[in-house]
Amino acid sequence: MAEMIFPADLKYTREHEWIRVEGNVGTVGITAFAQDQLGDVVFVELPPVGTEVKAGQQFGTVESVKTVSDLFAPVSGKVIEVNTALEKSPELVNQDPYGQGWMIKIELSNPAELDALLDAAAYQAFLKEGH
Amino acid sequence: MAEELKRTPLYAAHQRLGARMVPFGGWEMPVQYSGILAEHHAVRTAVGLFDVSHMGELEFRGPEALAALQRLVTNDVSRLEVGQALYSPMCNDRGTVVDDVLVYRLGPDHYWMVVNAANTEKDFAWVRAQLQDRLGPELEVRNISDQVAQVALQGPLAQEVLQPLTDFPLATLGSFRAVTGARVGPVETLVLSRTGYTGEDGFEIYCRPEDAETLWNLLLGVREPAPVVPCGLGARDTLRFEACLPLYGHELDETVTPLEAGLGAFVKLQKGDFIGREALARQKEAGVTRKLVGLELLDRGGIPRQGYEVVHQGEVVGRVTSGAQSPTLGKVLALAYVPVALSQPGTELAVVIRARPLRAVVVPRPFYRRQTPAKGPAV
Repeated sequence: MAEMIFPADLKYTREHEWIRVEGNVGTVGITAFAQDQLGDVVFVELPPVGTEVKAGQQFGTVESVKTVSDLFAPVSGKVIEVNTALEKSPELVNQDPYGQGWMIKIELSNPAELDALLDAAAYQAFLKEGH
Repeated sequence: MAEELKRTPLYAAHQRLGARMVPFGGWEMPVQYSGILAEHHAVRTAVGLFDVSHMGELEFRGPEALAALQRLVTNDVSRLEVGQALYSPMCNDRGTVVDDVLVYRLGPDHYWMVVNAANTEKDFAWVRAQLQDRLGPELEVRNISDQVAQVALQGPLAQEVLQPLTDFPLATLGSFRAVTGARVGPVETLVLSRTGYTGEDGFEIYCRPEDAETLWNLLLGVREPAPVVPCGLGARDTLRFEACLPLYGHELDETVTPLEAGLGAFVKLQKGDFIGREALARQKEAGVTRKLVGLELLDRGGIPRQGYEVVHQGEVVGRVTSGAQSPTLGKVLALAYVPVALSQPGTELAVVIRARPLRAVVVPRPFYRRQTPAKGPAV
């Protein structure tokens, strides 16, 4: 966990997703901790654009060489864009988890749900507890 | 409560290297250091070093050792000269696989059976039970696993890396050949053999546990002709998978026979009686009803994992034993048991991943075969 970064402008879930909110749109990915735990990511399954997702519900799957892990939506809303670059280059999730490794963009249907998420400090404290 | 995990003599070395440790077969083992894919490619293109001290060693000594081993395993141990090794299934009387092992002949009446870590206790109990009337001054069988550490140096550059560290002329050591007492740096090794579990040329080096760290650090210190990359069990699995080397608990267990697993070449029905011979002879005569096959997925949609269903025309016909996105070949591949009628290369099947059947085609095994032969003498 030497130099893991958890940007302060993001919100985090206890399932190790992050969301960056700009206006009414949230960009979602998995954290530096999550990608490190998974190891080399080899496949990312994302929902089609237009899918309605619900906070806390599964929206996709990420597979590393060794394991399969579910992806959970931090908030509810409609998927308006997915990162198609991950089809060819799933390793972007490892290389740049908060940038090119983003997964979906959600048009928020209930922004109040953001209040239930962790800020960077709370997420790091959560990790220290041994999750 | 979970059983206490065992640690190899290299545990501290792994921690210093920042390895991620995982439980495997009762041991706390490194699954990766830099990353499984980087380690995998290092072994395919250059050289990597594995700690495989978790493997078990059973020592057979005495004038009855050969007869005992001939009874226990399906391959023909009588053809081993001193300094040779062979691979063999070890079966029960149903002909199903108790374990798959390496047998080394180290002296006229001295053999090692190297077994899978998770099976060491089971195998030792099994072997003793099978041989109970024979054990005595003519036949001693000991579990020496705690007195033996093992590292595997694997990859096309393995010989170039190892030769400067030893007086033993490695070019004279052929595939499945072994030498005892060779020096590697300051370490007097127990056994050094041209064997491995990656599909590449390479060596397995057995030493005393107290020498393991010296040997490990010596090999990892090599920078020319390429840096030796520490590799974990993750890469060991993807490497052996591409080479279609079976992994006990995946392709092999006590529900399958070596004939079903495609290991018929290691079952020598003509060598005389052995445990499982009758069942295997009957199965060979009747023909197997299912076979281990290679599958290549034609549709994207995930990685096949152990236990996933294989379907044909909507019916479940088999299950995946191992699967991966092949780092060397870039294809999504699987091994699976399917009915013989569906085992021909070209047969179209499907693998169910997250409730979706993805198209797959039977392909020849192994998936990967190295281009250049081992650097040892031509056999």
